[in-house]
Amino acid sequence: MIGIAFEVTFFVFIIAGLVGLEIITKVPPTLHTPLMSGSNAISGVTIVGAIALLRSDFGWGGLFLGLIALIFATVNVVGGFMVTDRMLAMFGTKKKKTSS
Amino acid sequence: MNIQEPTIRDAVDAVDAVKNAIRSIQDGAGSDPIYTYLYLVATVLFILGLKRLSKVRTARSGNQLAGAGMLLAIVTALAETPHVSGWMIAVGLIIGGIGGGFLARWVQMTQMPEMVAAFNGLGGGASMFVGMAFLAKTDPGGMSMAQAVTVPLSLLIGAATLTGSGVAYFKLGGKKFKHPLSGGARHVAHGAIVLLIILCSVWLAQAESGASMAMAAIGIALLSGTLGVLLVFPIGGADMPVVVALLNSYSGIAAAASGFVIDNLLLVVAGALVGASGLILTRIMCKAMNRSLGNVLLGGIGDDALAEDAREYKNIKETSADEVAMLFDGATSVIIVPGYGLAVAQAQHVTRELGEELEKRDVQVRYAIHPVAGRMPGHMNVLLAEADVPYDRLFELEKINGDFSNTDVVLVLGANDVVNPAAREDTDSPIYGMPILDVDFAQTVVVVKRSLSPGYAGIRNPLFDKDNTLMFFADAKAALQEMVTEVKEL
Repeated sequence: MIGIAFEVTFFVFIIAGLVGLEIITKVPPTLHTPLMSGSNAISGVTIVGAIALLRSDFGWGGLFLGLIALIFATVNVVGGFMVTDRMLAMFGTKKKKTSS
Repeated sequence: MNIQEPTIRDAVDAVDAVKNAIRSIQDGAGSDPIYTYLYLVATVLFILGLKRLSKVRTARSGNQLAGAGMLLAIVTALAETPHVSGWMIAVGLIIGGIGGGFLARWVQMTQMPEMVAAFNGLGGGASMFVGMAFLAKTDPGGMSMAQAVTVPLSLLIGAATLTGSGVAYFKLGGKKFKHPLSGGARHVAHGAIVLLIILCSVWLAQAESGASMAMAAIGIALLSGTLGVLLVFPIGGADMPVVVALLNSYSGIAAAASGFVIDNLLLVVAGALVGASGLILTRIMCKAMNRSLGNVLLGGIGDDALAEDAREYKNIKETSADEVAMLFDGATSVIIVPGYGLAVAQAQHVTRELGEELEKRDVQVRYAIHPVAGRMPGHMNVLLAEADVPYDRLFELEKINGDFSNTDVVLVLGANDVVNPAAREDTDSPIYGMPILDVDFAQTVVVVKRSLSPGYAGIRNPLFDKDNTLMFFADAKAALQEMVTEVKEL
């Protein structure tokens, strides 16, 4: 996706923000922490940006910076999704206990 | 008509045109639209995942759906990027994957606030480095009008999120920081930094050499980092849940800013979604404390000056485990109010044990959860879930507040501000107007606390002075273990 006009990107940004506000209206307190860590993992999508810049035909400076970005984003993504799953798994076992 | 002879100049131009065409194909301009569709699928998975993540029954599958979207996005990016540096990608993914996996697997649930703060910071940092890497491959003066705005913005938001989260991480660990300036000087300093960032941005756009571009970019990053530190410094301990939620929102905005820079709509949409969800959590937290966001950001509560009179208590009555056990013996209903002290002491498991012992003796046991108890939104829920406390025993503030007046014993475990009656009675109190759990309406209140220190927020708590309040000075875990032993001997 290269060469998208700024106003188009901005348009998408605003609409996506409004969609976000609409779909996450009432969050039960139990889910405040998992929603935060799960959504934080989604924000690690910057990993896509890091990959796009890690091209062997670019200079070393850019590659080095891109590598740091990739490491940061990967920790964010892998750690974020895994820890959220770990938390939600705890909620799951508890629910089974109460229903039985 | 005079047809010109082809000149060498024309030949060079033609070769250049072909070169440019090949280069643009390699760069991905006019690349296969399949990639755009794959990113669209990933985006849809994110939206569906986030939607499911906000409902208890579907939350786990929502998180997995979003994870699948991320995997698709990564694979698509690898396929789409020409000349992708394979070994660098491998190094980054392996280091990051092992690091992230290790943290996620071994972090203590009590440590979740620090973990979330750290991950927010990493997200911001990644966006900043993407912005920098983009600049490193951009020729001086080669940025478009829009990029001249979005690149500095991505550096600003990324760097400020990185350092702000760093400060939040240490604050959550109990460290105290003081803003070097106070009052109006603070705002002047922050304003001056913003002005310098704008100047560096102009310099960046007009720089004529790679070296001055690098200097301008580093300048923006350093100034923004400083701003992030200074903005989080004055925020009080009691307000940390708001800050963590707000930084969560910023980490999303930072990702969206990177999307603007590298023209990737997936980043823009995902970032905007996370920004929105963080904003919603921030609003919930502010409402729970009856404060406006601006009021929280300006700081104040938790400033050291407020803590001065905190130790002046006149009517403190100490209690012991056997006396508390006797109280439980005569009780029919008990409400447990957990707070940050529970997390520090890792007392969630022994809390459940006490609850079960009491239930065996036909005592009704419920848990009252204040929305800002602990230092992160939902902190207490996570801890009690880890200890297998049944979900239906947990009650929100509005649901349980009317019940304190007909409750025999309330056990406050390391909670302070969320049960402070000053919020209801003392119009001069900095927390006046904040909805609190009305524990003082109960027959007897047992407060488990390590000392009479003013606690994290530094506000005096008149609850400790009340006639129906008993103080149990101990670490929550030790106190609960003693109580369990005594209750078993009844």
